[in-house]
Amino acid sequence: MLPPGALIQHTPQGLYCPAADAWIDPWRPVPRALITHAHADHARPGSQVYWAVGSAAGVLRQRLGQGIDLRAVAYGQELRLGDATVSFHSAGHVLGSAQVRISAGGETWLISGDYKRDADPSCVPFEPVAADVLITEATFGLPVYRWRPGQEVAAEIAAWWKQAPERPSLLFCYAFGKAQRLLAELHQLGLNEEVLLHGAVQTLMAPYREQGIAMPPTRPASELPRSEPLAGRLVLAPPSAHRSVWMKRFKAPQTGFVSGWMAVRGARRRRGYERGFVLSDHADWNGLLTTVRQSQARQVYVTHGQGDVLARYLREVEGISAEPLSGGFAAERGMEGEDLDERQKPEGQEAPLEKAGEETPG
Amino acid sequence: MHAFCNLFECLDRSSGTKARVAALAAYFSEAPAADAAWALQLLLGKRRRRLLTGRRLREVCLGAAGLPEWLFDACHAQVGDSAETIALLLPELNLPAQEPLDLPLHQWMAERLPALAALEGEAQAQAVLQIWASLPPPQVFVFNKLLSGGFRVGVSTGLVTRALAVVSELEEAELAHRLMGGFEPSAAAFTALLCPTAGSEAAPISRPYPFFLASPLEPERLQADDPAQWRAEWKWDGIRGQLIRRAGTTFLWSRGEELVNDSFPELVALGDALPDGTVLDGEVIVWPAAAERPLGFAALQRRLGRRSASRALREACPAAFVAYDLLEAGGRDQRLQPLAARLQALGQLSAAVQAGAADTIKGCLRLSAGLPLESWEALEPLRSQARQAGAEGLMLKRLDSPYLAGRKRGHWWKHKLEPMELDAVLLYAQAGSGRRANLFTDYTFGVWATAGLEPAAGSVDPEPAAGDSVRIEPSAAESRPRQLVTFAKAYSGLSDAEITALDRWIRRHTTERFGPVRAVEPLQVFTLGFEGIQRSSRHRSGVAVRFPRILRWRQDKPAAEADTLAAAEALLEDG
Repeated sequence: MLPPGALIQHTPQGLYCPAADAWIDPWRPVPRALITHAHADHARPGSQVYWAVGSAAGVLRQRLGQGIDLRAVAYGQELRLGDATVSFHSAGHVLGSAQVRISAGGETWLISGDYKRDADPSCVPFEPVAADVLITEATFGLPVYRWRPGQEVAAEIAAWWKQAPERPSLLFCYAFGKAQRLLAELHQLGLNEEVLLHGAVQTLMAPYREQGIAMPPTRPASELPRSEPLAGRLVLAPPSAHRSVWMKRFKAPQTGFVSGWMAVRGARRRRGYERGFVLSDHADWNGLLTTVRQSQARQVYVTHGQGDVLARYLREVEGISAEPLSGGFAAERGMEGEDLDERQKPEGQEAPLEKAGEETPG
Repeated sequence: MHAFCNLFECLDRSSGTKARVAALAAYFSEAPAADAAWALQLLLGKRRRRLLTGRRLREVCLGAAGLPEWLFDACHAQVGDSAETIALLLPELNLPAQEPLDLPLHQWMAERLPALAALEGEAQAQAVLQIWASLPPPQVFVFNKLLSGGFRVGVSTGLVTRALAVVSELEEAELAHRLMGGFEPSAAAFTALLCPTAGSEAAPISRPYPFFLASPLEPERLQADDPAQWRAEWKWDGIRGQLIRRAGTTFLWSRGEELVNDSFPELVALGDALPDGTVLDGEVIVWPAAAERPLGFAALQRRLGRRSASRALREACPAAFVAYDLLEAGGRDQRLQPLAARLQALGQLSAAVQAGAADTIKGCLRLSAGLPLESWEALEPLRSQARQAGAEGLMLKRLDSPYLAGRKRGHWWKHKLEPMELDAVLLYAQAGSGRRANLFTDYTFGVWATAGLEPAAGSVDPEPAAGDSVRIEPSAAESRPRQLVTFAKAYSGLSDAEITALDRWIRRHTTERFGPVRAVEPLQVFTLGFEGIQRSSRHRSGVAVRFPRILRWRQDKPAAEADTLAAAEALLEDG
């Protein structure tokens, strides 16, 4: 648990900074919310004022409503909130994702949000930030998780797509973040054929295009004339569309799933995709360790996923004071990665064609 | 090894039968016979021998990795497989790069792996590390699997046989027969297997016929038929067996193609009394000579578990062979004869044996009697008597049916009794392994027992795997408090969607953790089905059920309305 009187407090609404009178990624409506990124388990509706990085605004408004009171800030820009200095630093997770740095009373805390350290052409690279106390995620906090560069995985995906010209290639991935990263990676490989999209992915394209992310041309699969052959086409869809009615249109497709969870054979086989591609928007084991070391934090708290394991490793092997922070942080992410409890999803929230499961960064 | 690993990956990925058969056929037609022979052996799942334990591999990995043991274990819990965990952790070992190694599969299987197993201590560790460093990651996984004896590919024998039929242009049934009784992984054996003219004179005398299997009854397919064309028999609750007498030697095979001569000496004696060139198909079961009905499966289990049977055990649980088919007579294959003719010959054979044999042997041979069945309306009333007869249901066989290989629908049907059912409360969950790694899929269930009748809660064993425990219901409405007593474990029966939903529920409603086991709030009710129930002093509930599985998730039912131990006891077979 966070010590009483610390700069950041654990409240029923989520992490709270009394000095700034602000909550970070609150679970319930609050007067002032600092948002690390627009995934649904971090950005929830109902708060009075939202602070977030400018490039996150498009998706945030789409998800939380156009009318929200959103104060956009630039990466690195220092804000004075109450007695605290607050700044947002790139987390490299998805478009507009940030780590939140808060200083007050001579002490600096860093709340990492979700982050990754690997190159990603669809968002600003991760920025190492020093702090006295670090709150880090640990979704993939086990040494079995070790990522290869995105370009290599994208090349593997391209080869998979190209060796099946007689079948449609359905590639399942999280609609926000992963899909656009894949498109940007394919663009970098020089592939600029039109890619077809499920409606849930289509919704997220505009904010990325507005930020000038280079991606191949895309079109919603639903807009394709029925007469047009689908063989040899690449289609991106969220995992919730797997084995759904939507899939019926594609005859004898080959299917693949892109997620960090695909590193493990059991998870791959359980989900019933023909191919698993290991690509994640979270830090792998080494990425987590590097981040902790670079932060030079004297105290580390670990949320999400393998909190117990990473904290123990930091204590016993790295000699860093660390402990897991439990409660509220999407409870425990199961292997399926469904960290959002559907029952807790606020009613009336617009979630076009999406189920909570897709939100899960993987 | 490279080609074999590619085949493995291909089979691991594709779910379609066509694609898998094609991949198998391509491999078998291209691979050198010596490699193909080993691949076949592995695909048939016949190689169970463990050269090194998973624990030893873990030790070698930990020795080189400098990772704490608990971290390895946390990884293993996530991955669900030692061989794969090590393959994934390999980069942590920072092994010096080695020349890539690509040896043929047969060389690995016949030479390298046994040689590794023969090494000891540090020399063995160094040799394993050197191989790890010289293989690409997917091959490390397969190598570890081959070494630790846990190699399993999700293909059925039928699928492998089909692929071999494609390659050899032989009938599947012929190949299935040639594969019976064990396959020696040598180039010569593989070539002989696919040889278009391999005659029966080449076959070993021990070779059994492929078993003909019945399918679950589809009643609508019977209506057009005259019941007189069908033979009804009890479906016996033992194990399927084939008793072979050839060239003065007796072989008793189980359906799993194990030779079980040593476990059932009295049946071997029976075989010795059969004329040469005889093969019987039937049920191995425990049935005292004077008894009207056989003993339950538990009695047979006592015989199955051991290499040899002591005199005392043989007397307590005497085995019998209930013959229901004659596959070979006078050294000739009878399988294409109609069932009626085979049964007639079986009857004559049995009469001859009974006339000539010693008393001790007579009781070991029984014929599975035909049951009267005048109309299809009589089928269900007949089936309902199965339990009294000591059977688990009915068999229906067309009197003109040949004896085919494997499961071919239409000729033979099985019509088992409905399982017994009880509604029980989920108490504990444990993660599965492999495909179910890190997913709570192994469940322990409890039923209500009146407090005081069962051992006190003070003696709760925190490890439910070791036995059973007791939980007090917090808000018992009745005057006497009730407890939930663990009663059965079950692993199967839920859909993938239900498993996922239940996994999430378990994570949110965990009350305590005991190592890998979690206690959950006693709220979820499931209908469990099982084949039988017996008293057991080893289980704290006092009863043991056979083949328990989940039939339904009763989300409509509150835990307080789950069944009681008294209801379970009312189902007891011993009355």
